[in-house]
Amino acid sequence: MTSTVSPSSAAPTEQQIDRTKSAKGRHNPGYGRWTPFWFLAPAVFALLAIGIYPTIFALVTSFRRYNIARRADMLDGYPFVGLYNYTRVLTDQTFWDSLFLTTQFYLTVVPLQVALGLGIALMLHRPGFGMLRAVARVSLVVPLATTYAVVGLVGRLIFNRDFGVANQMLGWFGISASDWLGNPTGAFIAIAIMDIWQWTPFVALIFLAGLSMVPVDIEEAARLETKSHWALLRYVQWPYLLPGLTAVLILRSADVLKLFDTVFVMTRGGPGSATDLVSIYVQRVGFKIFDLGLASAQAILLLVLTILLSRLYIRFFYREIER
Amino acid sequence: MIPRPVGRVLHACGLLLVLGFAVFPFYWMVTSSLKEQTDLLASPPVWWFRPTLQHYNDIFADRIVTQAVLNSMIVSTCTTLLAVLLGTPAAYALARFEFRAKKDLWFWFISNRMISPIVLALPVYILARQLGMLNTHFVLILIYLTFTLPIVVWICTDQFRSIPSDLEQSARLEGASQFDIFWRIYLPLGAPGVAVSAIFAFIFSWNELLYALVLVSSQGLKTAPVVATNFMSGYELPWGKIMATGTVIVLPVTLFALIVSRHMVRGLTMGATK
Repeated sequence: MTSTVSPSSAAPTEQQIDRTKSAKGRHNPGYGRWTPFWFLAPAVFALLAIGIYPTIFALVTSFRRYNIARRADMLDGYPFVGLYNYTRVLTDQTFWDSLFLTTQFYLTVVPLQVALGLGIALMLHRPGFGMLRAVARVSLVVPLATTYAVVGLVGRLIFNRDFGVANQMLGWFGISASDWLGNPTGAFIAIAIMDIWQWTPFVALIFLAGLSMVPVDIEEAARLETKSHWALLRYVQWPYLLPGLTAVLILRSADVLKLFDTVFVMTRGGPGSATDLVSIYVQRVGFKIFDLGLASAQAILLLVLTILLSRLYIRFFYREIER
Repeated sequence: MIPRPVGRVLHACGLLLVLGFAVFPFYWMVTSSLKEQTDLLASPPVWWFRPTLQHYNDIFADRIVTQAVLNSMIVSTCTTLLAVLLGTPAAYALARFEFRAKKDLWFWFISNRMISPIVLALPVYILARQLGMLNTHFVLILIYLTFTLPIVVWICTDQFRSIPSDLEQSARLEGASQFDIFWRIYLPLGAPGVAVSAIFAFIFSWNELLYALVLVSSQGLKTAPVVATNFMSGYELPWGKIMATGTVIVLPVTLFALIVSRHMVRGLTMGATK
């Protein structure tokens, strides 16, 4: 099977397009009809088996009474109970509280990450101090690569009441020490700060990528026109930052719904329920109370939320998919 | 309007602040792991101290941490190899073939990144329990594919697209089979991208906590993040050992990440910036 027509040349000539159209997809691209299938099959089947099958299994489980810590459930053969688990979730105040808290967490950390990230990106983009800028940019990778669980461990040391460095630093500014992880507000602030530390670099690097998309001559011309950084940002750079900002808002919302490791290590959702984010709560229902039916219903609702978010994400970024 | 010299000073200070902000917790962890117990528990904390390797001796002397690091190595390496093995052919197909539902398939691959691990952890726990696969590295290796495979597919698709397709055309004219084209042209020429994707897959599996926490509970099989987390019980926390363990876990992946720092953003945003 040979063909002179490239199936994938970057810019098809008109002739090629005509030929494709007239052949109604029957043109010979140089490979067999099933060739793509054989290359894709291993990955697709793997993801089906380990991703989709368990998801369907969770869906089924969410309709059953399935508490593995209760003998009665097992003796009954984990009976189907219809929407019982879902009504329990929807009337479960703790679940709503945890969703609300997750939203609150998102609304606390993301604006700060965007503001700090933008500031950092602008500083890294500005000419001058080449060496220092390069080092600072590379250093942003450190938080991103740090194991989330270890971030939690370090957070517990930093925010320790007696020998934590956070209290010492506040002391330099005359602010009195407090027991961060021992009180609800303090614990919430502490996990927010660790999240801001870990994810601000991500936002900064996305914005930096956006800033470097601004054509150099346009930016130069604008710099000659105005001395105001604000005008430059608002009228020249902003349009290039907008796609990145949208990506950040959506991706971070999925991340906050997933957020588990750092919080689990730092506070286990406490004190009380001050940091009981949704994934922490679902994990507890599933693996501490062992009510897998209920936890599955919660997980499915979480999944629906995530799918909505990812649809949104795709709508924004892949409207014209790269071929 | 801020005068120029002042602006430059502010710029330099800002950059130093960024640097400090980015590395401080890391720095604090490493220095804490080198402090003696009395320095660790000093209040207020000390910044200058006489370093000791005592805690590293401690954690390497007792088998738990070394075994955990070894377990993490096994799981991360296996899942990375498997992800590259399964992912690169798929990436090649997505980069170079036209077929129906290609767009949907692509969406499906990348949207896997957004799914919360807790959603899969529950059913996988039940299934593994039924199949007698709880407490095995095998189940972790498989479930880690849910996030390593999309990373490999994404980065490699990007890489393979950048390989000129006339190479493929001429190879085809020479009578090379489709597999040959993939194996002898795309894999070697795309090797840098494949390597980067493998490093990513490795870092993400190395850092994973939730699946490892719920699917593996026997002490000898636990991965490093789980063991580090387990230190966090009881009243007298061995802070020195905890920070030493943290350093041992984080240091290798941080070095890896610094090597691929230029690709790090692209991998993490999965196409948010083009």
